[in-house]
Amino acid sequence: MLEIKDLHASIEDKKILNGINLEVNAGEVHAIMGPNGSGKSTLASVIAGKEEFEIKKGSIALEGEDLEELDPEERAHKGIFLSFQYPVEIPGVSVTNFMKTAINASRKAKGLEDMPANQMLKLIREKSEMLEIDRKFLSRSLNEGFSGGEKKRNEIFQMAMLEPKLAILDETDSGLDIDALRIVANGVNKLRGKDNAIIVITHYQRLLEYIVPDFVHVLHDGKIVKSGTKELALELEEKGYDWIKQETVV
Amino acid sequence: MDLKDKLLSSFLAFENNVDLDHPVHEVRSEAIKNFEEKGFPSKKEEAWKYTSLNGIQKVDFSIFPKKENTLEYKDIKKYFLHEIDTYKIVFIDGVYSSYLSETTHDGVDVCLMSAALTKPQYKQVIDVYFNKVASKDESLTTLNTAFSKEGAYIYIPKNKVPKKPIQIVHLATGNEAALMLQPRNLVIVEENAEVQIIERHQSLTGNEVLTNSVTEIFAAKDANVDYYKVQNDENTASLIDNTYISQKDKSIVRVHTFSFGGKLTRNNLNFYQNGEYMDSVLKGVTILGEKQHVDHHTLVHHAQPNCESHQDYKGIFGEKSTGVFNGKIIVDKIAQKTNAFQQNNNVLISDKATINTKPQLEIFADDVKCSHGCTIGQLDEDALFYLQSRGIPKKEATALLMYAFANNVLESVRIPELKTRINKIIANKLGVRVGFEL
Repeated sequence: MLEIKDLHASIEDKKILNGINLEVNAGEVHAIMGPNGSGKSTLASVIAGKEEFEIKKGSIALEGEDLEELDPEERAHKGIFLSFQYPVEIPGVSVTNFMKTAINASRKAKGLEDMPANQMLKLIREKSEMLEIDRKFLSRSLNEGFSGGEKKRNEIFQMAMLEPKLAILDETDSGLDIDALRIVANGVNKLRGKDNAIIVITHYQRLLEYIVPDFVHVLHDGKIVKSGTKELALELEEKGYDWIKQETVV
Repeated sequence: MDLKDKLLSSFLAFENNVDLDHPVHEVRSEAIKNFEEKGFPSKKEEAWKYTSLNGIQKVDFSIFPKKENTLEYKDIKKYFLHEIDTYKIVFIDGVYSSYLSETTHDGVDVCLMSAALTKPQYKQVIDVYFNKVASKDESLTTLNTAFSKEGAYIYIPKNKVPKKPIQIVHLATGNEAALMLQPRNLVIVEENAEVQIIERHQSLTGNEVLTNSVTEIFAAKDANVDYYKVQNDENTASLIDNTYISQKDKSIVRVHTFSFGGKLTRNNLNFYQNGEYMDSVLKGVTILGEKQHVDHHTLVHHAQPNCESHQDYKGIFGEKSTGVFNGKIIVDKIAQKTNAFQQNNNVLISDKATINTKPQLEIFADDVKCSHGCTIGQLDEDALFYLQSRGIPKKEATALLMYAFANNVLESVRIPELKTRINKIIANKLGVRVGFEL
């Protein structure tokens, strides 16, 4: 589904990604771990199409189609979703209206009519119940005054609404207490299927107890330095990132 | 003949139609002397540095309309907040239109300045309030004072609340090639009384209109006043709005200014706090395009302790439009425990649009909280990326963010139907999809 080949990316001439190779197939969950500053969030932003990052070399393709020339919204229409580490607060736009606008924009791009209001309401009800989101929450301004946990839950709610092919969860576990983590992870697990894929970016192994990955990759200095199965995450937790750094040096 | 000379000679004609023995005429005579001496302000004056009245002075304005004009309500309904029942004081080319208006004397006075300035039963109030807070040396204010004859007169006695909001609507028919209007409003809200007023100036054609308006508002102890200015006029209509507000203890006065149109708009909004524990709220949303120009000049004078003021002006400037925000706050030495907040945020969406923003703080007390912030910028790139990453195209995402930015100011609008109306105007201006209810 996603194919990243020898990807080099920079921001303001500062190299952040230095030759990433990654292949993610439909039905798979990949975890990307690594110390702070290793390039995890940059990789997520580059896949989603953030303009500040410049691709110097290599390619990213979704289902065989090169993404480099596509705007973020076009990538979203193709089925890419990024759950933000720091969701942006947008006062004056309610969660519900934001979702309506987003869903209808995607439908328009596919040549479909707006989703009928009753169908939209039903979908919102269904997905908000799945994530145990209070109805009152949906009429509040997007992310404004939300707690860390509410923001993350709202991100996964958006993911559930948009049903992406490829979801990238950037540090979705940060700022979550254990109950919120369980709710969010359950939501994500319900969205797992044979036709979609998920990339989980995390610093800690904790989230991976709930969202069990098929593959684990370790990122260091903008490169994947080690790949393995879920056991690798446990090993990392035990030995710490210094172990990887030392191994890389050797 | 330039406009100043024309106005001075018109004053003689004006005197033929008013009672020269009335004490108000002494005020007028003093005022015209001041205007004669000062004339129109020029760009050399600091307060007019960014707003030029040169163009206006070259236009051959009619000072008095040649004939009375009429309009059908159905043709102009859209300029009224018609969704709710309101009192209406309506003027066509500066002349009162009784059939479009709905005035009252039922417990409160919602009527005409011309009546208040001539009839004996209003004399006592006029003596106490008329021209008492308006400037006696600012030239455009004195020009208006000299010609003061018609406008809205609103008197709310102690503990009274009018049954419904009041709309003051000025319509210009375009039957004159160029018309100058000088409405004069007086609003008195006595102790513990309340009022909500919506004011609009609307030109109906592309003919030139210049309005030089003065409004005096007196809010007594515990009074609560909401004043909404809807400025969405044609590109050939200019407005100089001079509003003076005198507040007493524990009163709250909120003025919202919605500037979406017009050729040149100057808002001189002056708050004088003469008491304790009061709140002055000044809010503005400005969305301009083409070569439109809006200049907000605010003054809040804190003269007593324990008072607050809140200013929040947001502006979005496209094409070749220009904006000015000059916010002056004076805190007198005795006005301890003052909380004065001022915020002016602007977004420029075109390379050719400009904004000049300047806070002016003169603080003589030492125990005060004053904050001010001016920003001029583009939209938040992170917010834009966030919306785009959810599939919302850049253009629509930009509009949505601007909408959210401007919309924030509407929270304090206390007439829901007006809020909805302003929401829709903002959405239309920014190209946010119609039916996008927030």
